[in-house]
Amino acid sequence: MSESAIIMENLGKQYQDVTALDNLNLQVGKGELFGLLGPNGAGKTTAISILCGLLKPSAGQASISGYDVQKDASKVKEMIGVCIQETAIYPYLTGAENIDLFGNLHTMDKTALKTRRSMLLGKMGLTEDAKRRAAKYSGGMKRRLSLILALIHDPEVIFLDEPTVAMDPQSRHAVWDFIQELKTQNKTMILTTHYMEEAEALCDRIGIIDHGKLIALGTPKELIQKNKVNNLEEVFIKLTGRKIREEA
Amino acid sequence: MKIQRILALTKKELKKTVREPAVLFMIFLFPIIFVIAFGTAFGGAGSSNVAYNVGVVNSDTGAYSGQFLDGLSATKIVNLQTYIDNQSAQADLSQGKIQAVMLIPDGFSVSLLSYQASPNNPEQWTNASVALYLDKGSLVATQAIPPILQQGLLAMSGQGAPTQGSVSLTTASLVEVKQVSALDFIAPGMFTFASIFLIMMVGQSFTQDRENGMMKRIRITPTSSTEFIASQVISYMGIALIQAALVFALTYALGFQPAVGVTTYLFAFILVTVFSVSNVGFGLITATIAKSPGAATGIAFLFVIPQMFLGTFIGAQLSSAAQTAGQFVPSYYVTDALTSLFLRGASITSQTVLVDFTIVLASCAAILAAGIALYSKRFKL
Repeated sequence: MSESAIIMENLGKQYQDVTALDNLNLQVGKGELFGLLGPNGAGKTTAISILCGLLKPSAGQASISGYDVQKDASKVKEMIGVCIQETAIYPYLTGAENIDLFGNLHTMDKTALKTRRSMLLGKMGLTEDAKRRAAKYSGGMKRRLSLILALIHDPEVIFLDEPTVAMDPQSRHAVWDFIQELKTQNKTMILTTHYMEEAEALCDRIGIIDHGKLIALGTPKELIQKNKVNNLEEVFIKLTGRKIREEA
Repeated sequence: MKIQRILALTKKELKKTVREPAVLFMIFLFPIIFVIAFGTAFGGAGSSNVAYNVGVVNSDTGAYSGQFLDGLSATKIVNLQTYIDNQSAQADLSQGKIQAVMLIPDGFSVSLLSYQASPNNPEQWTNASVALYLDKGSLVATQAIPPILQQGLLAMSGQGAPTQGSVSLTTASLVEVKQVSALDFIAPGMFTFASIFLIMMVGQSFTQDRENGMMKRIRITPTSSTEFIASQVISYMGIALIQAALVFALTYALGFQPAVGVTTYLFAFILVTVFSVSNVGFGLITATIAKSPGAATGIAFLFVIPQMFLGTFIGAQLSSAAQTAGQFVPSYYVTDALTSLFLRGASITSQTVLVDFTIVLASCAAILAAGIALYSKRFKL
């Protein structure tokens, strides 16, 4: 693994009597696409929320490109892009206005913003709908717009929390292609997904997390071989005793 | 603090105001409809004066009472109806046929003559009282008629203040109003009233953004809480300014045309704009308590109702206890300052106006700070 872009050391998060994260130790290399898998409530979103500065850890520490996520939160926020689980967009703004808003929140230069907006709209197949109010978008279009909002400022480190959920197969493959393209640009990414085939196709390494603990770590191939099963879904069932889409 | 971020968020908030039908209605259309309805009802659209029906029982045998009544009729603000005795006048008053009964005493002219003979020597005056009975069912009559009659008495007894003359009006207010309609009384409160509904908008906006993940999304960007709050304050101050301009234009068209200078108008607009800061604060407190935008609408009324009933034009018609309670809401001081400026003719440097402005400024800052503190404690900003 190359130089680490993301480091989690003894990371823990406690909600009263519930342990959401339990002594998580993990490193993600620069340019790596890391898949974080786990059943619902396993602690994936908690881990990402801590890395984004949305949550304070109860124990341990985390850093992104050498910056502590708590102490250097504003520096970290400049470097990261997060496609959150919710389809969070302003419905009363057009697609382009939503993008411009988030570009401005990242204090992007006007010309750079225009160029990147145009490029991302094209990649996500939203160019023709850019001037329509987001309220009129379909579910899949909203997800694609949400992804653009996360990437508009060309972040070094990207968190993709269920980026393809509720997308039609065509849109999903367009997003997969785009994620592959981001990989070629040496972007560091953490992807959480419920689609095993997505994780298997895209991720360099995978970490399986359950009850806040990391229970498996390796490349998809390594995990399949080590557990003597046929695919990642079977690895998951074997290790967690559950299917990934079951409720925790 | 980056201006680019504040401007982007402000622009977004203003677009929301224009594009969301519910917001547009609550912030702009509702106050407009309200002003037109109230203005037409109490101000007399198309006419600056409202005629009040006043019954007169004249027991005076001298010439001055006739002059006094002629003077009142000439104002066209009152329609005088003559009665032979108090009993028949009271009968009509109790049925709402007239809005007031004025009893001119026997010694009215004698009293005025004594005053004119020795205007500076009260000991030589023969004092008389004009009794006034008002329709208690008419809030507007209660407020508007006494100053009109007081003004008529002033005209009869020269330039002195009412208390200096020999004839007194037993229920008259000492407020000096040259020409009034009910709209004049309620207009200052209308400026305040329109802005109060921003509480609901802020509460809904924060709750909705929290619910749909927008607040989370913004927190992931480098936007600081100061930048975010600054954008909210600027947005709602701008909206309050537009509201005030709309309300002013409408009330002006409906007959509220106070004879004050541009500086006074500017000061009034600044006052209303500053007041909107407290509404952002109350909106944040609403969003702290509310779990959904729907709940925010209901909870906002906890702040809207007291501000509206105790602090705007309605407050002027309530009991003394309610008026005392009104002193604990910022809208009271806004309405009071606007009333002083527009109706009492006070200057912007007068003590009353400056005290009101200081209280508005301090209370708005305190409410905003409280709102930020409470919201940040429960949710991250």
